[in-house]
Amino acid sequence: MSFSVTTRGDVCIVEVEGQLIVGNRQELKQKILDELDKGTRKVLVDFARTGYIDSSGLGVLVSLAKKMREMGGDLRLANLNDDLQTLFELTKLDTLFQISETRERALENF
Amino acid sequence: MTPRVTPAEQRQLDVRIPSDVQYIEAIVEQVVLRCAAHSYPRRHLALNVPVALTEALSNAILRGNHDDAARSVHVRADVDSSRLVLEVRDEGTGFDLEACTEDPTTPENLLREDGRGLFLMRRLMDHVERFSDGGNVVRLILHRA
Repeated sequence: MSFSVTTRGDVCIVEVEGQLIVGNRQELKQKILDELDKGTRKVLVDFARTGYIDSSGLGVLVSLAKKMREMGGDLRLANLNDDLQTLFELTKLDTLFQISETRERALENF
Repeated sequence: MTPRVTPAEQRQLDVRIPSDVQYIEAIVEQVVLRCAAHSYPRRHLALNVPVALTEALSNAILRGNHDDAARSVHVRADVDSSRLVLEVRDEGTGFDLEACTEDPTTPENLLREDGRGLFLMRRLMDHVERFSDGGNVVRLILHRA
């Protein structure tokens, strides 16, 4: 599992490779907090290469979304496969996040 | 005629791990492999089993054993062509499954960082129970069909 960070314009793109679970959620949180410290206010988390997400991973995304909104920013998601989409629907977190089918579509109006 | 006997190693897993969340992925992988050997649906392999088992293991490690590496978690899996039975045993005193399960989808809970673990476990498995048997045990059952 790893996280890669790239930038497209003023959007920071974080790609989650492998699982986002209790054992690595703090690493993701810290990477995004570091970007916020640098002034980033738009973050896109790309799940194209993600396996599964547990409740801790979901919790970190909620926590970061709240923090970014408080700071006038936005956290958006892209590339959820059918299983991850189901996970977000089960927890109704699909109503909390703007979720795009592809990275390009997410970036279009960010 | 080839005997239709499933090798024991494809049926069962019985292992103790230290209370460290870094062990979770390896255990999940072993259980998923056994389910795959019995042709469980792809969604079970990619969603139901990994997420529910991860929740049970993290609860056992972080809550039951208070993240104390000196304590262990005992994991048993029994897989056949009809169902998966998982038992996760920690050294804690247990908890009330009904009382501790919250609905994270209500407006007042939606923005909470925690409180989704037991909910997901129960939504993704066919049966979840908790009992005490020389430790605190959470048993999860998933039918293949």
